[in-house]
Amino acid sequence: MSARTTPSATVGPYLAIGLTWDDGPSAVEPGTPGAIWLRGRVLDGAGEVVPDAMVETWQADPDGRFDHPDDPRGARARPGFRGFGRSHTDSGEYAVCTLKPGRVPDGEGGLQAPHVDVSVFARGLLDRVVTRIYFADEAEANAEDPVLRSVPADRRGTLIAQPTDDGYRLDIRLQGDGETVFFAL
Amino acid sequence: MTGMTTPSGLVLPRYPRPGAEALTPVGFPDYRSTASRAPLLAPVDLPQRLTEVTGPLLGEGRVTAADADLTRQHEGEPQGQRIIVHGRVLDGDGRPVPDTLVEIWQANAGGRYRHVVDNWPSPLDPNFTGLGRTITDGQGRYRFTTIKPGAYPWGNHHNAWRPAHIHFSLFGRAFTQRLVTQMYFPDDPLFFQDPIFGAIPGSARHLAISRFDYEQTQDNWALAFSWDIVLRGSGQTPFESDDDGDVA
Ligand SMILES: [Fe+2]
Repeated sequence: MSARTTPSATVGPYLAIGLTWDDGPSAVEPGTPGAIWLRGRVLDGAGEVVPDAMVETWQADPDGRFDHPDDPRGARARPGFRGFGRSHTDSGEYAVCTLKPGRVPDGEGGLQAPHVDVSVFARGLLDRVVTRIYFADEAEANAEDPVLRSVPADRRGTLIAQPTDDGYRLDIRLQGDGETVFFAL
Repeated sequence: MTGMTTPSGLVLPRYPRPGAEALTPVGFPDYRSTASRAPLLAPVDLPQRLTEVTGPLLGEGRVTAADADLTRQHEGEPQGQRIIVHGRVLDGDGRPVPDTLVEIWQANAGGRYRHVVDNWPSPLDPNFTGLGRTITDGQGRYRFTTIKPGAYPWGNHHNAWRPAHIHFSLFGRAFTQRLVTQMYFPDDPLFFQDPIFGAIPGSARHLAISRFDYEQTQDNWALAFSWDIVLRGSGQTPFESDDDGDVA
């Protein structure tokens, strides 16, 4: 018996009431060995910082494994690692503390480059928009990643985070010049 | 759950994308905030792989039983009509989604949010925060006790009022199933002028409206509204029509 999918709606301007967790940004506790910060601004079509967005991240652990029963290789938990981060942008940028993901099978006999799946929610977006974060210091893996390869070469840079002192940085441009590549799931 | 075998032999669940008639567009011109925020370029198709068919399974540690009763979070009781909001979380095959986190937030009975950027002239209620959380049970059921939120003005156009609604956030079991939406109440006279409701494709709007549920009302205590939430699942194939013969 099939059922019709409930339609989405905007998260609106008051998302902080319902969606704030003290530990939201911590996919791992800050200070965990190997912890990195993923940071960046969310920008609108005028280049203005969007201060009322929420960025969520989902990713594999450093071995490319998920703590999830639908991973056909079996669920594998890594103590202290949630795989999921949630950050508001009220400080001017998102910031998620996590571990760098490992490579994940691409389902076609190869491996994907290390990546983080990202959802952006905001007033003005009636559905989330989905993108990915890749890592600039994984050039070899990035070159053979099937998702990156499906993106026009001149837009791939919008998905590639640059190293910083404590992790990586990638701005998300919702609209206009240098618009981030968003994906249809 | 039906699965998909990839060329390398990994069997993955499937979450086919519903047709456009079932999806709220990201941008909608009558909703002014979309003008500078909704992407202008077409999205790139992302075949679902391991990262997309898994997702955070956020469980018990994140909620207490008290989080599902928004009328008991302060010393006194909030003003307004006490209501029960309940239903089931299902996938596209009609199968329950158990043990999944449901987060809600809403305005108070006068339509005011407890938020620094909401300052229209309607009072805050010292006994109402407007935040609820619960985990679905083994049959995918959820249940909140709250008060009926009021409508509120929002400046999108002249004399713009949001119909009464409760914001919902759901995870399901896969990144692909993530859903943030709003639940409406039956027969709201403000639907006609609301672009957030109006952005939903016409044949899917009723799916966002709860049903008055007399059976679940509690004598001398609370009215009840029932609303099932359907996350994406293997029951739908792209461009397939719906199950109830409604071709409107
Ligand atoms: Fe609202």
